[in-house]
Order: sequence, then C-alpha cells, then structure tokens
Amino acid sequence: MSDILAGRRRPSGLAYAIVDTAVRFSPVLVLAVFWEFLGLSGIVSQQMLPGLVEIFSAFVDMLINGDLLYNTTRSVSRAAAGLGAAVVVGVVVGLMMAQFRAARLLVNPIVQIFYPMPKSALIPVVMIWLGLGDSSKILLIFLGCLLPVVVGTYNGARGVNPFLLWSASSLGASRLDVLREVVLPAAMPDILNGCRTALAFSFILMVSSEFVIATDGVGFMISSLGDGGQYPAMFAAIFFVAGIGFAADRIYAMLARRALRWREA
Amino acid sequence: MMNMAGAQPLARAPKSSVQKSPVPPAPRALSPRMVDIGVQVAVVAALAGLWEFGARFGALNPFLLPPLSVVLGRIWEDLIAGTVLVDLGLTLYRALAGFAIGAVIGIPLGILMARSALVRWLFDPLVSIGFPMPKIAFLPIFILWFDIYDTSKIIMVAFSCFFPIVAATYAGCSSLDKWPIWSARSFGAKERDLLWEVYLPMAMPQIITGLQVALPVGMITTIVTEMLMGGRGVGGAMIMAGRFADSVGVFAGIVQIIILGFVVVKSLEIVRRRILVWHPESRR
Repeated sequence: MSDILAGRRRPSGLAYAIVDTAVRFSPVLVLAVFWEFLGLSGIVSQQMLPGLVEIFSAFVDMLINGDLLYNTTRSVSRAAAGLGAAVVVGVVVGLMMAQFRAARLLVNPIVQIFYPMPKSALIPVVMIWLGLGDSSKILLIFLGCLLPVVVGTYNGARGVNPFLLWSASSLGASRLDVLREVVLPAAMPDILNGCRTALAFSFILMVSSEFVIATDGVGFMISSLGDGGQYPAMFAAIFFVAGIGFAADRIYAMLARRALRWREA
Repeated sequence: MMNMAGAQPLARAPKSSVQKSPVPPAPRALSPRMVDIGVQVAVVAALAGLWEFGARFGALNPFLLPPLSVVLGRIWEDLIAGTVLVDLGLTLYRALAGFAIGAVIGIPLGILMARSALVRWLFDPLVSIGFPMPKIAFLPIFILWFDIYDTSKIIMVAFSCFFPIVAATYAGCSSLDKWPIWSARSFGAKERDLLWEVYLPMAMPQIITGLQVALPVGMITTIVTEMLMGGRGVGGAMIMAGRFADSVGVFAGIVQIIILGFVVVKSLEIVRRRILVWHPESRR
C-alpha cells in the first residue's frame, strides 16, 4: 500500500497521505477508547485518569485564557535560543576539529569527558551561575545541545571522501572554498542528524529545567497545575507539550529531507 | 642499564639490529598516536589547573566556581561519611533498573513488531508518536499514579528508555538480509531456532545501538526525577545543595555525575565489544 502511495507524486499525493496517515494511526483511537473505558468503568479513579472530554475542555479553556500560549512562547523561545546558539557554535567547532589537528587535540578530551554526562545534572550549576531567570535555562539548553552537534559535524566532516577534497583543491579552490563548497555539504547528513538529537535534548532540558527552577513556561505550568490538583488541565498541558515535541521533530525531519534532496540520484 | 636503554628514545630502531638488546622491541618512542594522547592528557591537566588556580587566585568568583581541590575535598569527606556511595548507588540503581525494564519490554516487543502484522499495526503508530516526544513531560502523571518514591522514578526511567530500544530493535529486525534466513531454513532450522540463531544475532548491532541511545537518556531522566522528588541520589543531593547556595556541594555532585556517566557509558561500550566479538565491526 505504501509502495503504491510512494509511487504517486503530487498533486494528488496530499489526499492520499491524509488517508494513509489516518489508517496508520487508527491504533491511537484504540488507545483513546481504552483510556475512556478505564475511567468510565471505575477501574481507575477519575482523579487519576480524567476523561478525554474533560481534558479537552480544560485544553480549550487554557487556550482561550491565553495561559497555554503565553507559557509555550516563553518555553519555546528559550529552547530556540539555546538550540540555535548550540547549532552555530557546534558546527563551527566540529568543522575546526576536522580541519585542524590543534583544535582536535584541544577539544576532543573535553568532548570525551562531558559527552557521557547526563546534561540535566547541570541544572543546579546554571542555577548557581545565572539564577532562576531565562538566561540560566538558555545556557543549560545550549550546553546540553552543543556536544551532539559538535560530534555529528566532526564525524561528518572527517568522513569526507578525500578524492573530493583533492579534486576541489587541484581545481584551484582555496581552503575556505573547500570548506564551504565541499566539506560542509558532504558532512550535511551527519550535521543534520546531530541537530536532530540536539532538538530532542532541547525539549527534554526545556521541560525538566522548568519543572525544577522556573516562574513561567510549560514545564512550570504543568507542575503547578499538578500541585493544585487540576489534573485534567495538567494532562492537557502534558499532551500539548508532547505534541509540540513530536511536531517539531516531524517538521525538522521533513525539512532535513528536503535539504538533502540533492543527494538522491 | 636496561632501564637507561629503554629511556633513551632510540632514533632508528630497525637499523640497530647489530646490538641485540634484551629489551623487547620498544614501542617507537614518539608515535603520532602517543603524542596525541599525551597532548590530550595535558589539555585535561591544564583545564584542571586552570580551574584550580583560577578559582583560588581570584580570577573566578569562588562561589561560582569553587577550586577543584575544595570540591574534591568535599567528595572525600562525603566518601568517608558514606553519603557519596549511598547517593551514587541509588542513582545507579534507579537508572539501571529503569533501563533494564525498558530493555526487557522493548526488545521482545520490537522483535514481535517485525514478525507479526497485528502487533506492528497496533504498536507502530504508538512507538512512532512516542519516540520523538519529550517523555520527561509525563513525569507529573507518573507522580500522580505511583507517588514520589522509587516506583515512579524507575517507571519514568523505563518509559523514557523504552522508546529508543523498541524503535532500534524493530528497525534492526525488519531490515534483515534474506539470504542467511533462507539458508538457515533450507538447512532445516525451526522458527524458534531462527529467532535465537539468526534474527537476534543479525539485529544485535542495532539493538545495542538502541541501548546505547537509551542509557544516557535514562541517566538524564533519573537525575531529573531525583531533583524533583528528592529521596537522595546524586540529583537530589545536588538540588538540595543548590537550594542552600552550597556551590561546593553542587560541583561535588557534578564531578560525581561526570564520573558515573563516563563509567556507565564506557561499560556499555565494552559490553558491546564483548557481545559483538564475532561481528565484522569488531575487527576494524
């Protein structure tokens, strides 16, 4: 079935894609029915497992009174700032490591030491450094996302086919030209993979830092709703954050495929 | 004498076959690899020195970055008092227990998804939705359901480890080379034998890669659950230290976590090499 669909090209592709997605994701409906059944039959208390209708109406309430939008904007802008900085710095550092031995020798031990560290451990550190405001969370997300980008870029840039490099320089390209025109595109799949890992980390760190230290943001919103016993709203906010994380990954994957389209034969 | 000969960086080793030394052929004194390792060790030492002396002589605010020696001293004190081992042990226990549960559920489910259309239909969308979601957001739900003690922490960790493992296992088992399967069948292997002798070994590299993705995620999650719910552990100790503005305590925690993370991740790499001895990747 998906082969037939894959064979079809636009413009009719969209309608097919929608139908295909609906069929594919029907088990989610099964899960929803199961959820409702557990709650309504009284096997699990309504407190523990609020009905889906209740969750949805709480969601609409939060959407209308603007809480959800405000907190989401705050969270996502922090995540974007940290992630953006990490991508820029990480790609530059990774390329430098692949190009210059000195950079490699300098940075590699640092990467080796800090790569396996669970990045959430930095939450109290950034709290001591920068307090409870935006900057501490941006720094946390930056630090957490940096190493996957560095490692991805370095691996990609190191693995460039040397024949490409030689032929580019024999055709008179300067070192910078080679970097920009050969190394960067050739390393792009690995760079984009590293950034995808970083994107996932940015969401994890965004939410967990807001659970622990924050005065606004979706993580803060979720934990204060939970503390206040407003469970339907809490479930709604959680599903919303999870949905944003999911959507961000999907959109990223789509854009990355598009960016790499030139690679396909 | 032998010692001195060994200490001298012999310039051209191959030429000196005339004087048969009893010393086994010494590794060439300064191979590029050795230089690399030496420089990198020096970088680490320089960083440690920079940390220590920068903090000690006022270049850096000692509250924001307490000197390394003070931090190590704190770890030593706590080690003698016994709290370090309790905290590290609890964190490790929660991380590994959750990781193990995630693996025990994730690997069989991944195999079943590859082998059975019904299981695939049911779980493929759930896994592909769950995989990219920030699982940590579900923590308040697990607190609501399972209270704030070890159960909810371990379940949270298992939940976040489960998705990378099941996705990798499913991907690994559904892209197998057909030829070994056919030849095993034609030699009369039963389906059960096929699972243990063909499918699992062939998918093993990808399954272990999934485990290697899941383990750091599990550690991240463990630390966050401890920070939120307390109940000791390195994360709990760090957040307590942070609340009391005890920056030495915070950095003592970071150093412990760096060591713990390093040991755990490297151990899994060693396990990978052990399990995949037979695999071409180990021969590289």
